[in-house]
Amino acid sequence: MSRNRARPLSPHLTIWRWGPHMLVSILHRATGTAMAIGGGVILIWWLVALASGPDSYARFIDLMTHNPPIGPDGMPMGPARLNWLPALVLVGLSWSFFQHMLSGLRHFVMDIGAGYELKTNKSAAIATILGSLILTVLFWAVILARG
Amino acid sequence: MGSGTGIGRVRGLGSAKSGVHHWWLQRVTAVGNLLLVLWFLVSLLRLPNLGYKLVFAWLHSPLASVPMLLLVVSTFWHFRLGLQVFIEDYVHEEGSKVAALIALNFYVIAGAALAIFSILRIAFAPLGVAG
Repeated sequence: MSRNRARPLSPHLTIWRWGPHMLVSILHRATGTAMAIGGGVILIWWLVALASGPDSYARFIDLMTHNPPIGPDGMPMGPARLNWLPALVLVGLSWSFFQHMLSGLRHFVMDIGAGYELKTNKSAAIATILGSLILTVLFWAVILARG
Repeated sequence: MGSGTGIGRVRGLGSAKSGVHHWWLQRVTAVGNLLLVLWFLVSLLRLPNLGYKLVFAWLHSPLASVPMLLLVVSTFWHFRLGLQVFIEDYVHEEGSKVAALIALNFYVIAGAALAIFSILRIAFAPLGVAG
């Protein structure tokens, strides 16, 4: 598309003072992209491994986890544990989901024309960030508590 | 069609006729994702462990395989709509943009097909195949 480069465009990113609403906006895109690529690939991988039989599923689980140390009674102490890289990816994806979910709910409110007042808008943006951190901690607390 | 601003050149031309549909589908799939992904996370938390037999038996049941199929359709459709906007906003060179959009379509359709086929294979497997 041709454009007259001499004409000014409206001010963009560099001119505005940073605020929570801008952070939430870019996080919405970043978390969405992370889930679409990373989350999508892991979900497909998991389902294909499960459909391909016990051996391929075992290979998938083996990549993701390691066995706990053997106790004095010769039995493993607790269930298999996540390796650090899969743990990092899965914690990241769960946070991405909660952040994208809360920010998406905020979008629904703005879609009906509400929540544009400066203070409300800013508080809602901050609430999505705090909310996603709380939900991520709770989600993994449930997993760890069950061992 | 002068050499004015972008908005000046398109003003009065009417709508592009397809934007509202994209916007609406993004919202419909968003609601679908909200319900289905929360169901999925709660289901995973409720399974005693993620061993082969348990997960297979769970996904074998229609009450798990059907929502799982819906989840794949809803999320991958949402991925396609969202990443399309992402590409249109950040890839400005026309050739790269077309290539990226084609790659995106290939990824979501091939990925969703793999996931759907896998779920169906588990759902339609004879009982007891999990051992």
